[in-house]
Amino acid sequence: MITVRISDDSLAIACGADEVAAAFEAAGCTVERVSSWGMHWLEPLADIAGQGFGPLAPEDVPAVLAGTSDKGIGCIEDHPFLARQQRFTFARAGKTRPLDMGDYIAAGGWAGLRAAERLSPAEIIARVTASGLRGRGGAGFPTGIKWQTVANAFGNRKYVVCNADEGDSGTFADRMVMEGDPFMLVEGLAIAGLAIGAQKAFVYIRSEYPHAIAKMHAAIAASADLVAPFEIEVRVGAGAYVCGEETALLNSIEGKRGEVRAKPPLPAIEGLFGQPTAVNNVLTLAAVPFILAQGAEAYAAVGFGRSRGTMPIQLAGNVRHGGLFEAGFGLTLGELVEAIGGGTASGRPIRAVQVGGPLGAYHPPSDFHVPIDYESFAAADGLIGHAGLTVFDDSVDMGDMARFAMAFCAAESCGKCTPCRIGSTRGVELIDRLRAAPTAGDAALLEDLCETMRFGSLCALGGFTPYPVLSALKHWPQHFGLIPETTP
Amino acid sequence: MDLVAAIVAAHAGREGPLLPILHDVQAAQGHVSEEAIRTIAHGLNLSRAEVHGVVSFYHDFRTQPDPRPVVKLCRAEACQARGVEALVAALPPQNQVRIETVYCLGLCSAGPAALAAGRPHARLDAAKLAALVEAAT
Repeated sequence: MITVRISDDSLAIACGADEVAAAFEAAGCTVERVSSWGMHWLEPLADIAGQGFGPLAPEDVPAVLAGTSDKGIGCIEDHPFLARQQRFTFARAGKTRPLDMGDYIAAGGWAGLRAAERLSPAEIIARVTASGLRGRGGAGFPTGIKWQTVANAFGNRKYVVCNADEGDSGTFADRMVMEGDPFMLVEGLAIAGLAIGAQKAFVYIRSEYPHAIAKMHAAIAASADLVAPFEIEVRVGAGAYVCGEETALLNSIEGKRGEVRAKPPLPAIEGLFGQPTAVNNVLTLAAVPFILAQGAEAYAAVGFGRSRGTMPIQLAGNVRHGGLFEAGFGLTLGELVEAIGGGTASGRPIRAVQVGGPLGAYHPPSDFHVPIDYESFAAADGLIGHAGLTVFDDSVDMGDMARFAMAFCAAESCGKCTPCRIGSTRGVELIDRLRAAPTAGDAALLEDLCETMRFGSLCALGGFTPYPVLSALKHWPQHFGLIPETTP
Repeated sequence: MDLVAAIVAAHAGREGPLLPILHDVQAAQGHVSEEAIRTIAHGLNLSRAEVHGVVSFYHDFRTQPDPRPVVKLCRAEACQARGVEALVAALPPQNQVRIETVYCLGLCSAGPAALAAGRPHARLDAAKLAALVEAAT
């Protein structure tokens, strides 16, 4: 009997994986539902003894089984998209059944937790610090230092909170971890709990991710004995983008409006329910088992400058070869979107790449030399955020995108601080006025408003919305009517 | 004991029970009514204003019933880059299905994307979206 492996990741399902799986079963095959390799343009991708076929529709199944299909991609692991990657966090992607404990153990699962259990909390933290791991949610704060702060803080209870409110458009790596390798996140949470002395963890997952929620519930239940007495609980968000901000997220778990808190106090000192709390992104926690199992040196050996280790980069939007590309920091933006991503899906020239989600800057092709690295992107007036790259072709009007950034901020602002709450609405009005009757005065006013939002907002929502707006204004003034449109 | 009171009681011992309660109430009743807010506030020893403030903050919660089926359509940047706005413009007018805008379903490499009856759909074009809306009715 032929065994066919097909992903049950929600992207694969959205592209018809369930129907393809049913067709293979109807043809007498055994179907195993595994995680996704992350080659999204090939989904639904069938893996038969290591050979790949995709993207498949149910009617392609007879030809695949007869050996006459033209959808073959050869040996999956040798595919150039995968061969160029360095997968630490996504080492098991495509290879294991997400909720199969045996698969997880056979592929090295729990080795990080076993190693951590033999160490003192200080030793665990020392290893995470030595790895150079920085928060993958976007801020890039050193994880070991955050954990040390929580460990040192005085509190009756301590918490680990996993920020799985992956709201940035163009990002899906957190979702792929939770759907594809949920035990790895459980393991990372348990190690964090040991390191900081926490009794409990909350995983705050956005409601737009029903599959991730279901898989995390199942994985937590299946591994409860392995991490006991440490407890993990899933909390589901309710459609508020701002709850991806760590203090708004804490308020949300507490059952309050997801309003941002002023810092200080830092959540590490006074976080969830007023107790010391380590708030970490999914990818940060998911990197920890590797560091404990393979050693800090192995992790720190790859990377670029002060950005150590690997980054799961997400190629999204109008890109030909979209998906998950994990590699050491340091690849350039151009290599990623052109050589690896294959340019636009529409076949038209790239006009802009938004890096880091809705609060990230729009970069023109003249920025394609910039390496993926926290400091390099800051120097290029941008940020890498959660490393989502959203590609736009030359049909996009950047004035529209700048307006959308302000409108999105207005819709999602928590309302706590004035620059974000009022500034975003005034920003929409100002961009409309500017585009209707362009003047240098209004352009200067928009820049001034952006400066106020950037330096006066409490959190990144109001503080970073100026990135997409100002980058659009700077690189594409013709889309605001400020200079004449040139015809190529 | 009515349904809402039973939901409140079921979550009473949890840390920060309000959001899980609101999710359960909305799942059971389709919305969070004024009456439900009263019951929840009483059960958690909060003011009605506090509960109302939370209900109104989150996009997921609604205070008015709407029995129509829902199609959640992503209109964030990555789906815009793949042409979702043209699909929205081409949608035939209808009132049987509530088309709800969401910002990101995490299917950003294969947009435009939607979620209908808990099931994700990607690589939508105008015909597929229209069929999805039709099937939801």
